[in-house]
Amino acid sequence: MSTVTETNLETNGAEGSAPSQEYLTFVLADESYGIDILKVQEIRGYDPVTKIANTPEFIKGVVNLRGLIVPIVDLRIKFGLGKVVYDEFTVVIILNLNGRVVGIVVDGVSDVMNLKGTDLRSVPDIVASIDTKYITGLATVDEKMFILVDIEQLMTSNEMALIDSAVVQ
Amino acid sequence: MTVDMSQFYEVFFDESEELLAEAERLLLGLNIEDPDNEDLNAIFRAAHSIKGGAATFGFSDMAEVTHVLENLLDKIRKHEMALTAEHVDAFLAAKDVLEMELDGHRNGAEVNQDQVADVQMMLKSLSEAGGVAVKPAPTLDNPVPAAEAKQEPAAEAPSAEEKEVKSETDASTSNTTEGGVAVFNIVLPEVTDKDLSNLQDELGLLGEVTSKKQDNGRYVLTLTGDSSEDDIVSICSFILDPNDLVITKAGATAQAAEKQAEPANEKAEIEEDEGFGLFTDDEPETKAVKETPKVDAKAPQEKVKVEEEVGYGLFAEEGKENVEEGYGFFAPFKPHKDAEKADLIGDDTPVSDEAAASAQEASADNAASEAKATPAAKPAASANKKVDKAVSAETTSIRVGVEKVDQLINLVGELVITQAMIDQRVSEMDPVQNEALINSVTQLTRNTRDLQESVMSIRMMPMDFVFSRFPRMVRDLANKLGKKVDFVTEGATTELDKGLIERIVDPLTHLVRNSVDHGIEKPENRKAAGKGDTGKLTLSAAHKGGSIVIEVTDDGAGLNRDKLLAKAKSNGLEVSESMTDTEVFGLIFAPGFSTAEQVTDVSGRGVGMDVVKRNIASMGGSIEIRSALGYGTTISIALPLTLAILDGMSVSLGESLYVLPLNLIVETMQPKMEDIKTVTNEGLMVHVRGEYLPIIPLYALFNQETEITHPTEGVLVIIEAEGKKAALFVDALVGQQQVVIKSLETNFKKIQGISGATIMGDGSVALIIDVPSVIKMGQSNIKEGAYA
Repeated sequence: MSTVTETNLETNGAEGSAPSQEYLTFVLADESYGIDILKVQEIRGYDPVTKIANTPEFIKGVVNLRGLIVPIVDLRIKFGLGKVVYDEFTVVIILNLNGRVVGIVVDGVSDVMNLKGTDLRSVPDIVASIDTKYITGLATVDEKMFILVDIEQLMTSNEMALIDSAVVQ
Repeated sequence: MTVDMSQFYEVFFDESEELLAEAERLLLGLNIEDPDNEDLNAIFRAAHSIKGGAATFGFSDMAEVTHVLENLLDKIRKHEMALTAEHVDAFLAAKDVLEMELDGHRNGAEVNQDQVADVQMMLKSLSEAGGVAVKPAPTLDNPVPAAEAKQEPAAEAPSAEEKEVKSETDASTSNTTEGGVAVFNIVLPEVTDKDLSNLQDELGLLGEVTSKKQDNGRYVLTLTGDSSEDDIVSICSFILDPNDLVITKAGATAQAAEKQAEPANEKAEIEEDEGFGLFTDDEPETKAVKETPKVDAKAPQEKVKVEEEVGYGLFAEEGKENVEEGYGFFAPFKPHKDAEKADLIGDDTPVSDEAAASAQEASADNAASEAKATPAAKPAASANKKVDKAVSAETTSIRVGVEKVDQLINLVGELVITQAMIDQRVSEMDPVQNEALINSVTQLTRNTRDLQESVMSIRMMPMDFVFSRFPRMVRDLANKLGKKVDFVTEGATTELDKGLIERIVDPLTHLVRNSVDHGIEKPENRKAAGKGDTGKLTLSAAHKGGSIVIEVTDDGAGLNRDKLLAKAKSNGLEVSESMTDTEVFGLIFAPGFSTAEQVTDVSGRGVGMDVVKRNIASMGGSIEIRSALGYGTTISIALPLTLAILDGMSVSLGESLYVLPLNLIVETMQPKMEDIKTVTNEGLMVHVRGEYLPIIPLYALFNQETEITHPTEGVLVIIEAEGKKAALFVDALVGQQQVVIKSLETNFKKIQGISGATIMGDGSVALIIDVPSVIKMGQSNIKEGAYA
């Protein structure tokens, strides 16, 4: 929690002109990622999924989220990070991307941070397991680097195979 | 106070559309030799309602067409003119024009003015020609008005008495209405000049309007025209509060005014309909005697139109005033439609005379004062009757937004799932200890199912909704192509989900067109083939299992297999002589495929059948052709009853559950070793009652782990879709249940072999197998030797 308070203080003190944005940060293996919190619908534990035939391995399957059929993607498998175990600590972030509800499995959710445009650094060529075109920037808070991901673009991309290619223009 | 009328346009459009459809249905159903009076009246009412609405909203083009239409209809309705096929054609043409105009107003579509003018001319000439020809026909012999009158005997009798009183007092008044036009005095409340001129403009649509300022600063408009009071009230109500209006039909005098003051229901639309059954408002009268039935019919209407409380005060003073004022205006009137309308009166005459006679007998001793009292009581009675009718008409249907219904259906769907969860939990409990709970849950299960059925039925509409548009189309098309077609519909009451109904219209239209164009031969060809010269086209709908089967059947030439194959070859499609008939006929669904030798504007361009197939497939249905050369063709469409619920069979595969649509399952079996045959490069086949079916192992198709890998250990589910059969090999059957279909595509994408998902009793997700696609996948896998 201390991180949150500090960052808040920092941003308030700086009176920066750039609008600040809240990010949910999560951990995949050793890397910390941040995504726009407005895209996050809820965070839940991992429920057993229904497997879907002939889909990539990282698409775990679908679950029933209060009557909605929601596909679950394991980002750890997709990016080859961390140990793929499913236990009571496995976390699923349910995203709402422009009406489409998708769940992503991550190692853990760490925090909510308030970041301003000035906190962001440009992206060096090779930094993360995720393709740089989905990375909006890097941010350093308390000596810790966060990779900020445009989760909507990532999840709707062809490589995630979550959407019919017809839907993606 | 100008009201933005555009907000009511949509209602008018919807209503007009319904009325036009209804009118068309009735027209097509008319027996020309002996038309049903009720039907004629209904058609007339539809035309009249549209006219009223169109005039109100300022769609004068529609009002004009309906006006001439109405004139002609009125004559036929009154049996002054015999109904001929020509009339029906003219009416249908008028309906088309109205529809076009409606579309023009609604969607800005182009309106062909020539066509409008043609139809108007046609109607006018028919109306005039017929009027002269039938004129001498003795209307006294006509049973219709008498029958109508007998429905209201109570109403007639007092009216006769009223007549006595009136004929003296209103001798001068009665001649004012002479000439086929009615004259209305409209006393306005205090209005601004702007409203007044608006009102005058609007009323100008109905007829000639003159205004006069009274001493108290109020205006009195006098309208001369053959419109009804309903029209006036509905027009005025957009500018003024109708309650503040006083409308008197000149000549109806203070008595009518008194009656107006009777408390009554103000359902204008229903009133309007009611009135037609009796007498129309615009009937001309030449004698005082003939005035009577008119006042009769009129009085309840007026009374309802004009608000009673306000009415009391105004009528008492102004009713008379109006009459007096009226005299001044009436004198110069030139009756325009005398000639053709004069004989209309004949209809009323016998009735009023008869009624008058009986009334005189009955009330011979009655004092004049009593005679006055009776008419006052009578409209009240008939008003009550009207209220009853109004209530029943109101309760028969309500308009509700589709979203609301869908929301309800979704919620009930959720409820069913939750209920199934409870059911499952309860079934695991000790039945002895929890007997009461289990009984309650059983009750709940039943209630839920009933609720679900009722809710689902809200979305259900009879197929008639679709079928009703075809008789006209077939008729026109057959005329155009010089063919004789007898069109028959069966199972029009079969109900189907509204969403599907709307989507089936286009494909079905295409199929019916095709059948008339390509299927049914010309009369001479039919005779040459030894058939009757009239072709038969049947459109049928029926429930079969969990689906509805819609068939378009013609007894035409049938499909020519060889021709199809040759055509397919020349189109570069992959064909072989060994293809089954179903497969060959299926070729016509290929894009760009048409065997028509000549491209007509009806069909033959080869676009369409592929679209038809795609549309049907997108509705979760399938299409199949059966045909015999020389005997005809049947195109059969199978659709799920609803898009939301499926009768399914759940099957297990490893740890997963899958649901198979029950209607696509032919049978299930546990094969014996000797039934399983291995065919080189074709995988395994199973021998079922003389048929060899390919075995599709679901575990291999879906790459699912399971311990059961040989058909003898599991279960074979024989499935059939699009005319192909296969044996789907699964681990075990779990059970049969209704499942709520959830789309995978909402949040995910289309997966080959899966048509959707559903939520099972325990909250887990089960996938619904897309049988046609699984059969296709299985075949291609077999060809690739995947299961060798």
